[in-house]
Amino acid sequence: MSIRARFKLAWPGFTLDADLDLPGRGVTAVFGRSGCGKTTLLRCIAGLERGAGRLDVHGEHWQDENTFLPTHRRPLGYVFQDARLFAHLSVRGNLDYGMRRAAGAVPQGDVASHKSSHGAPVIELLGLEPLLDRLPDRLSGGEQQRVAIARALLTAPRLLLMDEPLASLDHARKQEILPYLERLRDELDIPMIYVSHAADEVARLADHLVVMEGGRAVAQGPLAETLARLDLPIRLGEDAGAVFAATVIERNAEWHLARVEFDGGELWVRDSGAAMGRRVRVRILARDVSIANSRHDDTSIMNLLPATVMAHAAEDHPSAILVQLRIGGTALLARVTRRSAQRLDLAPGREVWVQIKAVALIG
Amino acid sequence: MPSLPNFAADLGAIWLTLKLATVTTALLLLIGTPIAWWLARTRSWWKGPVGAVVALPIVLPPTVIGFYLLLVMGPEGAVGRFTEWAGIGLLPFTFWGLVVASVFYSMPFVVQPIQNAFEAIGDRPLEAAATLRASPLDAFFSVALPLAKPGFITASILGFAHTVGEFGVVLMIGGNIPDKTRVVSVLIYDHVEALEYAQAHWLAGGMVAFSFLVLLALYTLNPSGRKGTASR
Repeated sequence: MSIRARFKLAWPGFTLDADLDLPGRGVTAVFGRSGCGKTTLLRCIAGLERGAGRLDVHGEHWQDENTFLPTHRRPLGYVFQDARLFAHLSVRGNLDYGMRRAAGAVPQGDVASHKSSHGAPVIELLGLEPLLDRLPDRLSGGEQQRVAIARALLTAPRLLLMDEPLASLDHARKQEILPYLERLRDELDIPMIYVSHAADEVARLADHLVVMEGGRAVAQGPLAETLARLDLPIRLGEDAGAVFAATVIERNAEWHLARVEFDGGELWVRDSGAAMGRRVRVRILARDVSIANSRHDDTSIMNLLPATVMAHAAEDHPSAILVQLRIGGTALLARVTRRSAQRLDLAPGREVWVQIKAVALIG
Repeated sequence: MPSLPNFAADLGAIWLTLKLATVTTALLLLIGTPIAWWLARTRSWWKGPVGAVVALPIVLPPTVIGFYLLLVMGPEGAVGRFTEWAGIGLLPFTFWGLVVASVFYSMPFVVQPIQNAFEAIGDRPLEAAATLRASPLDAFFSVALPLAKPGFITASILGFAHTVGEFGVVLMIGGNIPDKTRVVSVLIYDHVEALEYAQAHWLAGGMVAFSFLVLLALYTLNPSGRKGTASR
């Protein structure tokens, strides 16, 4: 179960040359700036662009030199940045559209009826019951996008492609949709390729990361590992940081804080309501981590942890460097000035203390 | 008091006019839709020339179109030879000759609104349909046609009204044969020539009222800004 994609495509001023080997499960984020080719790559996978190359999905041949399965024969779901609902059909009609065609000639019940095998659960999952009889132009942007996601899911896709589904939404609408996407990831067993230029969405949703630049995949691998790579954070800029899993082990009512345990230590975080024992994702940005040679208790910073310097790399600005540290089995990134790095002598192998100013619990 | 109008001749002309306009509009929707689809979506070099040919009747005097159609469909013309060979006979001065001429003459008024509607729809809804397992033909019927409905309404009304109103082409191709090729516009001309102003008034006034109602229907059914586009 995996996805092998190799595409070459040349347009005036743009070349896509991507070679990807993606896991057949979980969320793969394709991350990069606008114009890096991530949407074109997704369109090639869907067959909406015809790039030269090969595509195998779960051992099925979708494309090579001799074959090109047209889009409507590829068992995929596609969520466009603009929802692209059919304006002449109600929400119900939009949902029925793909479901009926994917079911083939077999007559199907109405999408909302319980006779249809998976219609009702998807409508419930995305909270669409109250919207079914409305026309698309009576929906908010967030609602339209939820309908578009459900419409794609109802074709029973073997691969779900999402092209920046949140990019055209404001912050509040994003927060409205993100929990639905997390439920999708956790409750459905459909591999997802999620194109985004927003590092926070990627950190929250992805299990696997592909970083694109100039039409090429410059890095790919499991999320935590890839994010902690020193040769990439330069491209992430302010968003450089580490993401790893942790477990809630204490909730302190007096201070409204929670204690989480990860492979290498414990952290205090703001209590977000996550239940005891719950697995959570923790994100620590490189700019929120500082380094000291000894333990300082006379500070407002709660999270002080011993760590080992692994490596460092140059940053965009010549005054700063990025330091990769290891705490137990977990990698962390810190951005410090070059001057401090020299003063503290942060050579690889050195034992230091890290002070973490902010920890975000995501998902 | 003017004499009572000769209603029989008038009714015959009205019936013939409506029949001609209905047949022409129906044929134009069948022929014009594929042309409009092609013009809206092609990137071919031919788009310009074909679009220009379709639009020619807008700028040409009807007599010019009528003259050439008469030549082409006449006994020496290519189409005339074909129709004689096929056993249909010659088309000029017949009802079907008028239909052929009207199809050419009203073509731009049907093709252009449909083409504009298809262009406004663009690729996006069709790509969405393809990702939902719709073949291109399926997507055309289930997405493009319904979304282009306002364009089709405009096209039908304009094509019909324009055929009702044609005069020069009819005279060139069909002449003035009662119940065969004498349409309302030609009959009005006859009445005026014969100084039968009362009868001319009946028909001319009727045409004014008809045209007003058609345009009223067009602007009420199809308010601008509700062109067929997918919701974004």
